Amino acid sequence: MNDPILVIDDVSKRFGGLQALRNVSFDVKQGEIHALIGPNGAGKTTLFNIINGFLKPTEGHVYFRGKRIDGMRPSAVASMGIGRTFQIVKVFPEMTVLENVLSGLGMDVYDGFRTFVEKPFSKERMNRAMEILESCGLSDFLDKLASNLPLGLQRKLEIARALATSPQLLLLDEPASGLNDLETNELRELIFKLNEKGITILFIEHDMKFTMNTAEMVTVLDYGEKIAEGKPEEVSKDPKVLEAYLGSGEVAESR
Amino acid sequence: MTLDYLMTLSIFAGINIMLALSLNILIGFAGQVSLGHAAFFGIGAYTSAVLTVNLGLNYWFALPLSVLISGFIGFLLGLPSLRVKHDFLVLATIGINFVVVSIFNYVQFFGGPYGIVGIPRPSLFGKTFDTFGYFIYTMVWLILSVVFVIYLSKVYLRYGFEAVKEDEEAAESIGVSVPRYKMYAFTISGAMAGLAGNLWAHYMGVIFPENFAFPVSITILTMVVLGGVGTITGPIIGAVIITLLPEILRFVQNYRMLIYGTIIVLVMLFMPEGLMGYIRKVIKR
Repeated sequence: MNDPILVIDDVSKRFGGLQALRNVSFDVKQGEIHALIGPNGAGKTTLFNIINGFLKPTEGHVYFRGKRIDGMRPSAVASMGIGRTFQIVKVFPEMTVLENVLSGLGMDVYDGFRTFVEKPFSKERMNRAMEILESCGLSDFLDKLASNLPLGLQRKLEIARALATSPQLLLLDEPASGLNDLETNELRELIFKLNEKGITILFIEHDMKFTMNTAEMVTVLDYGEKIAEGKPEEVSKDPKVLEAYLGSGEVAESR
Repeated sequence: MTLDYLMTLSIFAGINIMLALSLNILIGFAGQVSLGHAAFFGIGAYTSAVLTVNLGLNYWFALPLSVLISGFIGFLLGLPSLRVKHDFLVLATIGINFVVVSIFNYVQFFGGPYGIVGIPRPSLFGKTFDTFGYFIYTMVWLILSVVFVIYLSKVYLRYGFEAVKEDEEAAESIGVSVPRYKMYAFTISGAMAGLAGNLWAHYMGVIFPENFAFPVSITILTMVVLGGVGTITGPIIGAVIITLLPEILRFVQNYRMLIYGTIIVLVMLFMPEGLMGYIRKVIKR
């Protein structure tokens, strides 16, 4: 239970003269719900993009279940068991809800010859897709085009598509942004449910209340550096964190 | 109207359908807009012509070779798509079309502006195909091509293409290697256009660089856009209309490019999903 599933080891990232991340290290433990927070521009999404392979770290390494994954293709990282969602929701707009999930279920075939022979609409895959859609509360929208869904459902669909790839680690980039209170609560329920099934979760969030109520462990970034880490209640009292968030008052309020 | 004329027209329609379907794999399935598709058509035609005329190879050896070589060159010409996207890819493919035609034009081996003449008709069981035989032969390949494309649209390959078309980052996040799928699209599309080129060269018996110039790419694009990008019936219908139009309306012959251009503009303005998309919408209402 306590082995780290993901190890961020001394990762730095420079974009030209901009130091987006500086010597960031932390572990995500197997089975935990881990939050990555920090003010705008702290480097959170950059770190996500390094973990899932969109970016290569300038220095440092990323290990997933003991294997080094930095520098691997994003599709290969996905195949290893890391699913993700995006800050600006990226469902496949011209596919239906069902097709979006079926596309995720194809992960085991995309890289080989089976992509030329396996059919998405097999009974087995359909059953699996329905199961996932059910668990995400999307079974009423099967034939709707993804682009026609409201944002809250699009975010759920994005999670459902990621779940279809059977991830062991799920990266959620601001999953609650743009959601109303009801949708946010549903999202939290969903995260708990997935976590119970054994999926480790690492999420980025701006909503402090959501973070404090959802995460078991919080890592705080500011200007590309890790400034704090710990349980939500510890982190929210940390003077460095309060200072980083000074002016927003969000941390204080959410206590 | 003689029967020969009708069969010739059907052969052209069949070849155009194959071209439209192959371009549709690139544009409609994988979202890789190419304005140089005539280059692939030409590569298929020239490969087979060179193999049979210059090298004296039997047609039935030249056929698979020309398709394979077209597919391989499709793969090579698809490489720019890994570096450039959208409008830049469009420009790159136009450039490729001009480069390929120039090679046909300036390299003596390819016959230069006089093209390659005396391309043999295939024969089977000692009998050389007449117009009727070639008509049947073309229809066989047409049916196989349509079945092939329908098959592709039913397997995971299509989802990979669609993912790449709709969002490359999201595609990677579900395990679709974007470069791999772009290369699949260019290779398959190139091979299929190459087959069309092979059929065309061996029917006409003579080919010139001009047969594969940029305006031909626009013509193929018009078929796809008019019929409906991304569908299968669309490019088929579009190809048939564009093949028949100059025959029914003789004056179209002289103003082809003007009319194709106008069709593209009008379709984009009033029914961006093409005829098939439009019909579908009307039925749903």
